[in-house]
Amino acid sequence: MATLENIVHHPFFLPILYGVVLVLVLPLLIGYLVLLERKIMADMQARLGPMRVGPHGLLQPLADGVKLMLKEDITPTEADRWIFWVAPIVTFTAGMTALAAVPFGPGFQVADLNVGLLFVVAVSALGIFGIVLGGWASNSHYSLLGALRSAAQIVSYEVAGGMALVSGLLLGGSLSLRRLVEAQHGEGAWFVFLAPVGFFIYFVASVAETNRAPFDLPEAESELVAGFMTEYSGFRWVIFMMAETANMIVVASVATVLFLGGWLRPFASTRELDFLDYLPPLLFLVLAAYCFWRTPKQPVGIQKGVMALFALICLGLAGAEGWALTLPADSALRAAIHGGFWFLLKVFLYLYSFYWIRFTFPRYRFDQLMRLGWQFLIPVAIVHVLAIGSALLLRQRAGWGLWPAMGLATLVTLLVAAWLAGGKERPAYLPSEPGG
Amino acid sequence: MADTRTPSFPGVQTTILGADEIILNMGPQHPSTHGVLRVKLRMDGERIVASECIIGYLHRGVEKIAEHRSYQQFAPYVDRMDYVAAVSNGLGYCEAVEKLLGVEAPPRASVVRTILTELQRIASHLLWLGTHALDIGALTPVFYCFREREEILKIFEKYCGARLTTHAFRIGGLQYETYDGFEHDVARFCQDFATKIDEYERLLTENRIWVGRTKGVGVLTAQDAIDLGVTGPVLRASGVEWDIRKAFPYAAYDQYEFKIPTGPNGDTYDRYLVRMEEMRQSRHICLQAIENIPAGPILAKVGKVLKPPPGEVYHSIEAPKGELGYYVVSDGTIQPYRVRVRPPSFINLQAFDRMVRGHLVADVVAVIGTIDIVLGEVDR
Amino acid sequence: MTDEPADKQPAKQAEPPKGEQPSAAQPKAPRVEAQPAAPAKPVVPPAKKEEPPGPKPLDSPLVLRFRARFGEAIRDAVIDRKQAILVVEVGRLREIAEYARDEEQFDMLTDLTATDWPKREKRFEVVLNLYSFPRNERLRLKAQAAENEKVPSVTGVWGAANWLERECYDMFGIVFDGHPDLRRILLPDEWQGHPLRKDYDILTQDTAWVRENLGIESGQ
Repeated sequence: MATLENIVHHPFFLPILYGVVLVLVLPLLIGYLVLLERKIMADMQARLGPMRVGPHGLLQPLADGVKLMLKEDITPTEADRWIFWVAPIVTFTAGMTALAAVPFGPGFQVADLNVGLLFVVAVSALGIFGIVLGGWASNSHYSLLGALRSAAQIVSYEVAGGMALVSGLLLGGSLSLRRLVEAQHGEGAWFVFLAPVGFFIYFVASVAETNRAPFDLPEAESELVAGFMTEYSGFRWVIFMMAETANMIVVASVATVLFLGGWLRPFASTRELDFLDYLPPLLFLVLAAYCFWRTPKQPVGIQKGVMALFALICLGLAGAEGWALTLPADSALRAAIHGGFWFLLKVFLYLYSFYWIRFTFPRYRFDQLMRLGWQFLIPVAIVHVLAIGSALLLRQRAGWGLWPAMGLATLVTLLVAAWLAGGKERPAYLPSEPGG
Repeated sequence: MADTRTPSFPGVQTTILGADEIILNMGPQHPSTHGVLRVKLRMDGERIVASECIIGYLHRGVEKIAEHRSYQQFAPYVDRMDYVAAVSNGLGYCEAVEKLLGVEAPPRASVVRTILTELQRIASHLLWLGTHALDIGALTPVFYCFREREEILKIFEKYCGARLTTHAFRIGGLQYETYDGFEHDVARFCQDFATKIDEYERLLTENRIWVGRTKGVGVLTAQDAIDLGVTGPVLRASGVEWDIRKAFPYAAYDQYEFKIPTGPNGDTYDRYLVRMEEMRQSRHICLQAIENIPAGPILAKVGKVLKPPPGEVYHSIEAPKGELGYYVVSDGTIQPYRVRVRPPSFINLQAFDRMVRGHLVADVVAVIGTIDIVLGEVDR
Repeated sequence: MTDEPADKQPAKQAEPPKGEQPSAAQPKAPRVEAQPAAPAKPVVPPAKKEEPPGPKPLDSPLVLRFRARFGEAIRDAVIDRKQAILVVEVGRLREIAEYARDEEQFDMLTDLTATDWPKREKRFEVVLNLYSFPRNERLRLKAQAAENEKVPSVTGVWGAANWLERECYDMFGIVFDGHPDLRRILLPDEWQGHPLRKDYDILTQDTAWVRENLGIESGQ
């Protein structure tokens, strides 16, 4: 019988609910992340960024979305129609599906798989199909070159990234993403402090896997126009861009779960610092207050309205977080609401560093990129896995404390890395090459 | 074609799979060719075997026009060649015609010309730095560089009314007196500028990625540079310490003390360092010059109608891009018989082929950027 | 990155070339002193301000050396606005260029261009501007060529001549003998006419080319 009672208590209810929320919220989130990137880019470049559409550009994503949807859909004449059509969809779907296993709070995930980490990494890797199909189907030299390069780059850094994840895995003891966060709660320390080298390797690998600068040669404007995306316009291009941002969210989520403590607030195990629980509502209150204060300063009425609306949303979120505080300390809902806040904050910080790096560094040339991946990152990642494993053995068999053992592992790995990086001065070109 | 990259071991048969060379065409519309330049690359895989620059998309017949305008009427046309550094073009032309006439600009005009030309050199190098960094992938320096360039263009605007194609000088000196506060503006700009150059250097000079993309790329030996007639920062970075401001001083350059930066290897990194240091030296010259601008007339007595005695002259200056020369032939009438512009970008671009052989496609944009060409000057 | 303080010598009189540096075009060219633009010219009393500038005969050690080597091939030696000019016979241009580069150390070809004097018997005047790093001296070589006369190419002497001669060919129609790749450089390959000739009017265009390639009727 399909009564409300039955529906709500059906075991598939929550997953479907979360899935629907994910599908609805994700594009909006992606849109605002793109706006955030533009504003951060502008800030670093001594300018303002989008300011016109909505107060401080807050309605820019909506305007962009509308424009791109109404744009003329151009398909190259010789392009393979069906593959051209399906390529962006494959990439975006892969990214979105990978988010299904990611926990935004304890139990706050679409599917609590016991092989969650493996699932996320594997499914997000399916995105490469979309890239290569897109490049091929465009029937253009530039696109094909860009797509192949992209694929080669992603696959290479997948290895290093995967190994870095393994080192976190060894500490956590399970592939289930939820258990990994709980393990960090149990150890009382986020894994980034126990295995910083692993986090760093994963960070670099994730920048390369999402084709972000300084590893964005495949889509560098000045080299190959836009790589595999060159021939896409309008809505199809939007899907590719959304897929790229979705990928970024996926890697950020994986890093957050594995290294940054997932939904845990800082010092989750320390009872004395429980006042930190008041931070989420406080933060939103401050944001709401600021927005209310800026509302009368907006030049035009409609912008005032939007700013006030934004302030009300912040107020609402502050209210939600505050209300969660009134729930008992071990309530799942409270953990979910607060956990969601901390999780998203960490993901944003991770993404902020992505943006920061993009606007600071020049681009690697492709051979330098591959050299970095294969000749530096992978060896260091392998050594790190061995080191962490040995450290855990030391802890188990020889009774070493956790921190000394991890410290030793980190030290050994850093020495090896320094030796690999410092060693010989790599010339730009090998000596046997024709120099002109 | 022997593949020198495959190592050969004794007793091992190596079969080279036949691979065709592909021809890749860059431009004329391309974000990084700095104008309408078409580059045809013959590549073996990703490595460039040969290249050809196809130019002429911006050819406007400036030299032909010169034969149909009077000497003063032609002066604004000169700005449009190297439109990034218009003041230098004007200086070269005015000085060439002054030589033809046998007059000299008064000291005050010389000094003001020097100041404006050095500011223009800084502005040109700033634009070069921003776009070069942008091509290599650093998205931020271009905004900082344009912020500084904006200050210089404001000074130009206050002085002569135009920012880009300034027509700042006249034959015989200057037309406009410096405005009230000129020295103050220039001094303030120069004071702020030192920290700004440090800012750019902090972003790029020691950055591993930047060094990796520019060291060893586009090497031009001094021998090749001299043979190809390359001048300017490209020549200096190849180790030849030569600057027309020191070799054949013009305007007021012999009164000021400045250094000529050179580089040891002649690669892109050295050209970057040479131009950064040149900006510092230009700032130094400006500071020296504004301390003591002599009083006096700003225009020599040349009369309204210019009819230089028949003859010819070749006069060159150190433009930001290289040696900018004017070969002016007069037949005694009010219009020049022939004006030939020796364009530094055109001649430097010839070296492109030699610089880019053996490199990868990604280095092509770095090399085009490092030669610092302006298509207006290449094509005239 | 090295930089050395510039040597400030009073740029007053012309001195004979220093001559310590033996060979031309060294990779590390010697530090250049601030010498005046005037190459070795006879000491002219400076108080001749009234005399208008113009070409005057030149008789310097450099000219004497050239004349000694090439005799009649050096048609004329002139100094104009303090710049030395040698008018040479076009047939021996290449030899003279090689001599200039090798013996006289003029290692850089600054510019190569031409001028059209239609009233002359030999209408084109090919002009080479040379520069010597060791001596900090400029020299201009001029050779007069008739309309269909081939001018020897100096691409083998200075690599810079490649594009410069192509431009001369493009603008004037002067054919350079021995040039590896003589074709138009600034104008489209199929363009008819040579614009910088004096009989090519400023408003003339190759209307056929414009019609074919741009699809418009030439407005001129």
